[in-house]
Amino acid sequence: MPPAYIPLLLFSLLVLAFPVVTLIVLKYIRPGSGGGPTKFQPYEYGILPETSASRPYSTRFYIIAMLFVIFNVETVFLFPWAVLFRSWLAAHLAGFALIPMFVFLGILLVGYVWLYKKGAFDLASLR
Amino acid sequence: MLDSVIFYFFAGIAIVSAVLMITRRNAIHSAIFLITTLLATAGIFLQLRAEFLFISQIILFVGGIMVLFIFVIILVRLDVPLPQVRWRTQKWIALLVTLAVGMEAGVVLWFARKIPGQGLIFPNPAPADKLHPNTEELARSLFGSYLLPFEIASVLLLVAMVGAVVMAKKRIDA
Amino acid sequence: MSPMLHSILAFVQAWWVELLCALLIVLVVPLIAVYIALVERKFMADVQARPDSTRVGPHSLLQQIPDALKLLFKEDLIPANADQFIFWFAPVLSMTAALTSMGAVAFGPWFQVARDINLGLLFAVGVSALRPLGIILGGWASNNHYPIIGALRSTAQLISYETTAGFALVSGFLLAGTLNVRAIVEIQRTDQAWFVFLAPVGFFIYLIASIVETNREPFDLPETKSELVAGSIAEYGGFRWLLYFLAEYANRIVVASVGTTLFLGGWLRPFPNVRWLIWLDAAPTLLLAAVGAYCVFRAGKQPAREQSLFMWAVALACFVVAAIFALAAPFGHLPFELMHNGLYGAFWLLLKVSAYIYIFTWLRFTLPRFRFDQLMRLGWHILIPLALINVVDVGIALALSSEFGLNRWLSMVITTVATLGAAMLLLHWNDKYADAASAGLLADSSVVEGTHAG
Repeated sequence: MPPAYIPLLLFSLLVLAFPVVTLIVLKYIRPGSGGGPTKFQPYEYGILPETSASRPYSTRFYIIAMLFVIFNVETVFLFPWAVLFRSWLAAHLAGFALIPMFVFLGILLVGYVWLYKKGAFDLASLR
Repeated sequence: MLDSVIFYFFAGIAIVSAVLMITRRNAIHSAIFLITTLLATAGIFLQLRAEFLFISQIILFVGGIMVLFIFVIILVRLDVPLPQVRWRTQKWIALLVTLAVGMEAGVVLWFARKIPGQGLIFPNPAPADKLHPNTEELARSLFGSYLLPFEIASVLLLVAMVGAVVMAKKRIDA
Repeated sequence: MSPMLHSILAFVQAWWVELLCALLIVLVVPLIAVYIALVERKFMADVQARPDSTRVGPHSLLQQIPDALKLLFKEDLIPANADQFIFWFAPVLSMTAALTSMGAVAFGPWFQVARDINLGLLFAVGVSALRPLGIILGGWASNNHYPIIGALRSTAQLISYETTAGFALVSGFLLAGTLNVRAIVEIQRTDQAWFVFLAPVGFFIYLIASIVETNREPFDLPETKSELVAGSIAEYGGFRWLLYFLAEYANRIVVASVGTTLFLGGWLRPFPNVRWLIWLDAAPTLLLAAVGAYCVFRAGKQPAREQSLFMWAVALACFVVAAIFALAAPFGHLPFELMHNGLYGAFWLLLKVSAYIYIFTWLRFTLPRFRFDQLMRLGWHILIPLALINVVDVGIALALSSEFGLNRWLSMVITTVATLGAAMLLLHWNDKYADAASAGLLADSSVVEGTHAG
């Protein structure tokens, strides 16, 4: 492991331990509590809930998540390109710097326009 | 020495999480252990000095695909615990097959290490100070040797976009 | 045993600044987070033209400490049907993701947990991708309709704008040519321009995306008090709520730091290369001395003696820190002079980060909320294509200035104008689309609630 990451690893372990330890310690320090079974009902503005939490939810969220994964992959492809861009320009490779990524973005732009027209990003039904 | 300790730490977490993931009855619990397995695998990538791969694993796999998995589990309501009785015999058969395959792989690896020239090859890792910065190096090879697969990846993403919407449309219309 | 101890000691000796920074972040950031909440309260009172509370400590400066203690000792209620394991796990995951991403952020050239890692800012951006997980798991674990709907909406909002923020950052990385935090700031110094002047549209998009990413007004519909009962965190009380709260404020600090480092010049003072502006170096000392003087002035006007003493203590602290800054000036005494870069850099960075968070707070109390579908439309229809066009334009601008020898500023102006023109077109198309779709949307009210459309 590159040595610079070791403090980061220790830091993330410390950060993970902090809420866990505090939660455990607080469980013993906290004063006791009373109250009946109503306290543990799910909160719904004071009305007793009638149905359990199992109503169907909209499929729009699935589409948004799928599209997010795809555009996230596109973002991750853009990061290495951005990092080497200036060095390619310095080596007089401007065309090589721009054209492959424009092709990549162009193909995805075609997809994006199709999605736009299809109404995939909208909360209304798909057309 | 430190490298081995870190590797065993991440590998241990990965194996334990993977076992927990396949033995949970609740789908969301499995998803959480899959998240820890993926994070541990990312840690192993980091330990091998593949830094960009480490962060891509976290951004794409844990931050993207696992969110998608959990959305699907919630939307399709797969989180209802399955009755245990269906799994009873399957569990023992699965365990038997796993042991058989594991022993097979172990035996092959053990005997193969004695064959000269055909055994396991352990290439010497590059010394750390000779490695170029990882992101730049990955970008160089991505836009150098692997330019065509990179462009084909965009077509793949296009297909995925269209496919996702078409399949979801079928479900909404159904 | 002894060689291992030696290697551990050697490691600590080589990396003590980073380890100290790690410890400080874990201890200090929760305190800073609650004080940012205090500043927000003061600002809210000012904007709403009403006096704020002044009871606990002068100007209510000590208010947050009893508040935090109350949250620690409040009853830890887990609803009967909730999933115990995930109810435990989700706030811890949120908090861990928020604080770990702070590890890659550099508070000045000296204070950074991850020194000179190749990933730099991308580490902070990447670990922030774990944010939606904490929210969706927390909402689901509550086993209650409202948190689940709130969590779904909140997560959908976060993931939509994560792509936008990524594209906006890519335009910054194009200008920087590296992901390493220290190198990014150095390039802004040698290029003699903060990247916000070279890619203003990118910074603007990142500003909007970072407001959405941290679930702030005007984009906080999934978690407002009047809508879904605080949304995905409705069932979390006491210390668990405090964990979500700390995670949210830590996220604010992280996105502000990332935006400041990439676009606003990080820890550089304004015009770092201009010799005759070197008197700006005295700004930290003068500012702190002025704050100390103001505290002394107000100390005499406090109603109670304890509050008076508290103001004197604050004034003393300000003067001590101002003295440290004065000693660390470039023409001060060694060894303080060695701390010059670290201290002054930290001051300028924190000033800029505070300005960024101040803009957050300002927008919070000024703009009305976005409806959820408006928010989604803004993200997917307008900001994502605009951010992509911005990336393309920044690339073209750089290529123009390097290949054809066009002046850097001229090419930036040309491409920024082109990007803004594209933005106008996008807004125009979106309006046409919205008019066509709104008729269908309003007739279908179940859509906005998030339940099955049919």
